[in-house]
Amino acid sequence: MILAMLGEAWRAMGANRLRTLLTMLGMVIGVGAVVLMMAVGQGAQFAVSQSISAMGSNLFIVLSGSPSSGGIRSASGGGYTLNVSDADAITELPGVQTVAPLIFGNAQIIYGPNNWNTSVFGTTPSYFDARSWTIASGYPFADSDVRSATRVALLGKTVVQNLFGDIDPVGKTIRIKQSPFVVMGVLGSKGQSLDGRDQDDTIIIPLTTAQRKIFGNQFAGSVRMIMVQAETLEVMPSLEKSMTGLLRQRHRLRDDADNDFFLRNLTAVADSAAETTRTMSLLLGAIASVSLLVGGIGIMNIMLVSVTERTREIGIRLAIGAREHDILLQFLLEAIIISLAGCLIGLLVGIGGALLANAITQTAVIISGGSALVAFSVAAAVGVFFGFYPARKAAQLDPIEALRYQ
Amino acid sequence: MSDDVIDIQALYKSYHTTAGLFPVLKDVNLNITSGEFVAIMGPSGSGKSTFMNILGCLDRPSAGHYALAGRNVAELDKDALALLRNRTIGFVFQGFNLLPRMSLLDNVSLPLIYAGTQHEERRQRGREMLAKVGLESYLSSLPSQISGGQQQRVAIARALVNHPRLILADEPTGNLDSHTSEEIMALFEALNREGITIVLVTHEPDIATHAKRQVRFLDGRIVSDHATASLHAEASA
Repeated sequence: MILAMLGEAWRAMGANRLRTLLTMLGMVIGVGAVVLMMAVGQGAQFAVSQSISAMGSNLFIVLSGSPSSGGIRSASGGGYTLNVSDADAITELPGVQTVAPLIFGNAQIIYGPNNWNTSVFGTTPSYFDARSWTIASGYPFADSDVRSATRVALLGKTVVQNLFGDIDPVGKTIRIKQSPFVVMGVLGSKGQSLDGRDQDDTIIIPLTTAQRKIFGNQFAGSVRMIMVQAETLEVMPSLEKSMTGLLRQRHRLRDDADNDFFLRNLTAVADSAAETTRTMSLLLGAIASVSLLVGGIGIMNIMLVSVTERTREIGIRLAIGAREHDILLQFLLEAIIISLAGCLIGLLVGIGGALLANAITQTAVIISGGSALVAFSVAAAVGVFFGFYPARKAAQLDPIEALRYQ
Repeated sequence: MSDDVIDIQALYKSYHTTAGLFPVLKDVNLNITSGEFVAIMGPSGSGKSTFMNILGCLDRPSAGHYALAGRNVAELDKDALALLRNRTIGFVFQGFNLLPRMSLLDNVSLPLIYAGTQHEERRQRGREMLAKVGLESYLSSLPSQISGGQQQRVAIARALVNHPRLILADEPTGNLDSHTSEEIMALFEALNREGITIVLVTHEPDIATHAKRQVRFLDGRIVSDHATASLHAEASA
């Protein structure tokens, strides 16, 4: 019975190929748009979450305040209000995973005939944990290197490429601002940060070495930044409060004085970036779904025309013994076949479009079975929903009127 | 009584119009027994088409009793009426009413789809019926490729495919020339000899003479009901 009905639906669609194709086109565009938008949106979400996990999770940074002398204020981190003992004190706070004091600046690096200007970070080994930084080859330096201020360095990928080319840098000696340093290892690649900076264009050396040999100043033990990793996301708000209190107390600030440091929650920034992309991809999907709706209305429109055109046929079928639900089923099947076929083609078009976008613009795209399934089931539902009204109209025709229809 | 194919008592039918209730059929009484060949005659507007629609279970009477093959039609729901049209009645129309995009074989076997018959049996019985009306060599032709007389034969084959007890023919020769009309009427007579009850609506007196009994409508009432007294009388004897 169903098979015979399918055959009839197929024949009816074949009788008006151009119209069937145009009707289908609405669904093709709708499903294609949804699949493409979801692929691009999920690709963007993936790219953002990649950047976030590269940055490290549950992070605070404390920057030393901007000192003002004679009304001229310097940039944040420009002063020297933080020092290593602040970092040690923060380590004692509850909820703290690791603390890494940082001192940094740009310096000229020389190896043989090559030289390169890059940012040099002086810090402690806990920095590698806080930023979940891996070591591609060689070893990271240890706390003992920090205590004895040894001249060792870890190089980022970009620095290695510019100074060494294809040579293995581990064990070689480079010069940073004239001081010789032994390369202990190469950092794993992190790629671009959220703001597009090359995170691999960097050198990491022990904190004490940086303080004494590279960025020496009159305030012994001062640092420009302290990176703090919380144990969990949940403790971050309370940790933010206790850290502020602790630093204010240690810096002996009066109640009405401003902080002489800046405390930033990096995870919150990253979360808002992730939230933005999530909202964007939802928005794209919503806009694309409108075209699905339009496609569905197109199906309803054509099915209504088809019912009117075939009024006499419906009358004949009713006269020779078709029940109402036979007629209903016949027209519903036609609508469903059109929307499913349109959906299949749309799926291919959407996937093709996503791959094309990926090939041309290098945008990350993710084609998930889930989004395909969603698009598919929505299209099937659209077919049933918009096919039902015309089909019911056909089924409820008066056979006498229908037979007389010219 | 049990041999009555059609049993109609005090049947009324009226339509609601803007001018009020308009009566079309008034107090119609008619019994047709199995194997009869009845011509229903009357001028246009006499109510014979409305009467045919009620006979064919396409319309319901406003009042009165109608039993088809022993079943009281008033008690049946829409699906049961559809089943009755499918199994008990075969329709033949003036305009043939074949589906233009379907082959003759598909047209003839179409009622079997709604009877739930399997594909192979459908084709088998469709072929048999086309052979019966002499069109076995046109199985895959389209209705537009054959003549009007042949199309009406296909329509008759379609009416016969579910082995109905009753054939209702509404002006079956109205669109045909006189020679072809004679052929179609001869086919009806042959079917009647096989025992199928036939009710035929026509306004042509010479077509009506092929029937064994003639019922005449005027203004919604039956005004005459008698056996055909002509050369055809001995054929029915």
